[in-house]
Amino acid sequence: MRKLALSDEILLSIEKPARYIGGEVNSVMKNKDEVDIRFAMCFPDVYEIGMSHLGIQILYDMFNRREDTWCERVYSPWLDLDKVLREKNIPLFALESQDPVREFDFLGITIQFEMCYTNILQILDLSHIPLHAADRTEEDPIVIGGGPCAYNPEPLAEFFDIFYIGEGETVYDELLDTYKKWKKSGASRKEFLRQAARIEGLYVPQFYDVSYRGDGTIESFVPNNPAAPEKVRKQVVMDVTDASYPMKPVVPYIKATQDRVVLEIQRGCIRGCRFCQAGMIYRPTRERSVETLKEYARTMLKNTGHEEISLSSLSSSDYSKLNELVTFLIDEFKDKGINISLPSLRIDAFSLDVMSKVQDVRKSSLTFAPEAGSQRMRNVINKGLTEEDIITGAGQAFEGGWTKVKLYFMLGLPTETEEDMKEIARLSDRVARRYYEIPKEQRHGKCQITASSSFFVPKPFTPFQWASMYTAEEYDRRAHIVNDEFREQLNRKSLKYNWHDAQVTVLEGVMARGDRRIAPVIEEAYRLGCLFDSWTETFRNDLWMEAFENTNVDISFYNQRQRGKDEIFPWDFIDIGVSRSFLYREWERAMNETVTPNCREKCSGCGAAGFGGGVCYEGKN
Amino acid sequence: MKARIKFRKYGALKFIGHLDVMRYFQKVMRRADIPIAFTGGFSPHMIMSFASPLGIGLESDGEYMDIELTDPIESEEAVRRMNEAGVEGIEVVSFLQIAEEKKMTGMTILAAADYLITPKKDILPDAGSTEGNLSHDWKEQFSDFMEQNEIRVMKQTKRSEREVDLRPLIYDWEFRGSSIFIRTAAGSNENLKPDLVMDTFLKYTGAVSGKADSAEAASGAAQALNAQSFTYRRLEMYADSGKDGRRNLVTLESFGGEIH
Repeated sequence: MRKLALSDEILLSIEKPARYIGGEVNSVMKNKDEVDIRFAMCFPDVYEIGMSHLGIQILYDMFNRREDTWCERVYSPWLDLDKVLREKNIPLFALESQDPVREFDFLGITIQFEMCYTNILQILDLSHIPLHAADRTEEDPIVIGGGPCAYNPEPLAEFFDIFYIGEGETVYDELLDTYKKWKKSGASRKEFLRQAARIEGLYVPQFYDVSYRGDGTIESFVPNNPAAPEKVRKQVVMDVTDASYPMKPVVPYIKATQDRVVLEIQRGCIRGCRFCQAGMIYRPTRERSVETLKEYARTMLKNTGHEEISLSSLSSSDYSKLNELVTFLIDEFKDKGINISLPSLRIDAFSLDVMSKVQDVRKSSLTFAPEAGSQRMRNVINKGLTEEDIITGAGQAFEGGWTKVKLYFMLGLPTETEEDMKEIARLSDRVARRYYEIPKEQRHGKCQITASSSFFVPKPFTPFQWASMYTAEEYDRRAHIVNDEFREQLNRKSLKYNWHDAQVTVLEGVMARGDRRIAPVIEEAYRLGCLFDSWTETFRNDLWMEAFENTNVDISFYNQRQRGKDEIFPWDFIDIGVSRSFLYREWERAMNETVTPNCREKCSGCGAAGFGGGVCYEGKN
Repeated sequence: MKARIKFRKYGALKFIGHLDVMRYFQKVMRRADIPIAFTGGFSPHMIMSFASPLGIGLESDGEYMDIELTDPIESEEAVRRMNEAGVEGIEVVSFLQIAEEKKMTGMTILAAADYLITPKKDILPDAGSTEGNLSHDWKEQFSDFMEQNEIRVMKQTKRSEREVDLRPLIYDWEFRGSSIFIRTAAGSNENLKPDLVMDTFLKYTGAVSGKADSAEAASGAAQALNAQSFTYRRLEMYADSGKDGRRNLVTLESFGGEIH
């Protein structure tokens, strides 16, 4: 029987001990003496969040298919266990073997959002691995990062040995093979990093030097080692249908956020919303074959015993075989007590019909993401959804029996005026008015329109990467303008408005477009006690502000500055296959409120066609 | 058709709480393709009921759940398939057909349970440390404790606190090596948990006790003996088939018959 890393006393003294015991259905056990490579794969948040992430399940499965590799999982210990591990000096361990992470060959960390950066330091610290790559020896694991935030890895550069830029399915095998050879050779850690840097898509930060101008902007960013390429090319799986996909995902004992079979139907998005990083970095859009997905659905439901299946992708309505796939899932599984959970689909006759089959209309709510209140603002961000689409869709839904609608908006977008802000409230009201147009005897009481806004954060590799942000006070002011306008509306009793925290937004802005000079702030914040910054109950803005002060880093330099056309960005060394000139053209079109057609309507020449597949070549074979 | 499933829960799985065990079995049913029946309505769920929830931290050799089947399945086959679809730490022991009557579910007829209570190694009299150990005559003390005509204690419920006499709820007990075997009342009528017995015993002996502050116990700061100084293992569950007030305990398993 597996021996646990923690004693019964400890496990019984903390919240949800099942987070730390491993041994779940489909978790992979191997004999550590029979493998060459031990890989600890980490999602730096609690188990329930981390276990819901598809990317880790894909890599876990892919690595464990290799006979020479044993991949295990690691998640952030919650504050209660964090305290115990420190007090008793117990090293952080991986779930499967319960062995200390420090004994592993690799520690892979997926970096999904900016507010997990202090948690990354917690993982290293509790694992007894030096925080800085420069201080690590041959005794320490190779620390490798990946995921969307790796598209600007610079704030974290000094904490990682390697960053993997792009989709994990391509060069990991090459990296593991290289590692195995290197391990046998007995050469230095630096020699391994040199070999890794030669693999396409891998970025070894210590092999690059950055210099800055007097105004704080980057002067140069150059390799200091012949093994390091000037540009690191993003990795893309062109054939998503045959790409590795986990048929036996691990089934948690405790309820994870995503406790279901997840079918990734496509990668990428044809829409080209100008604020959206995913829409740019996952270009070109690639669809998985519908026949393969049907087979995956059957196999994965059988292997997990899950009672729910959901589709995953950006803008799922654009998947060309959506109708066929959803109809198949309903016909095949609805009678077997399997819930079918649909991602936010474009609201139209088809999606309403499907939704009425899979959910209880009276209880469920419909979601629209207009992102902005005014048509002018939606043109700026290139969000194709029109007011007519929303009112028509909502009208059909209300007539079909729905009474609850959720609307998602962003505030603080480039060029936003007071009118644009107020339109958020007015549009919400017009949706409510549509409901009350239905004769009283045909409707079910009041409607409930919930509008939520988040504050816009400019992300690298988007047309808005040049945009400036605001201060927390200004964000709050804008939210109050919207809130006041909601109170002026005719149907205010049917409307509800929530907005996100402005302080977190400011920090996200700094992390998203920060450079290497942000690392000391993150480290200082961690030393001061910041952890689980994405959790409202643990977020400590006062400590973060103290960290900026102690390290003399000026937030306004990163957030409030409008960047110049030719400024060197910290992430410019990455080649995502979408050209900077395309992004700038889109930035200019945004300023002119000009809409750009989506990839299926007309190619805009972003550069992703260079990958030689996907939507760029649809109908051209 | 109704079936009663007996299973064991041990090792790391003792840290999985009751609701998660239910979720675990729902998924096992699907993986093992057990022909379990669902309720009707918009969100159907499996017809499945457990005799008595087992607390986190306890192991058990005698857990029971009743399910409704749509089609018969051979006992042997069902046990094999469920164990193949399961994990180390939960083992299905038997899968038997039971009577259809509603009033015969395990939850309804449960009357008693057996527990094995074992002092953790570090609290044994010779464990080395001088503080927080059982005294050398702890077994005599326990016998004396059980000799009492009544054992009155304040019992905390969700809403209130009331005084109860534990003694009549303890049907049988004996020493087994360095462990204590105890048979107590269980079910919806009267229910006595073994940790309350030990907590009361420690108070009786004058050893410092109280509701164990788990955080302190884990940090090692609390050397004092408390109910968490023992491990508890449920061994079996019973119904009472006696007549005229005379108790006749029979295992829940004995109500079932093999499905061929």
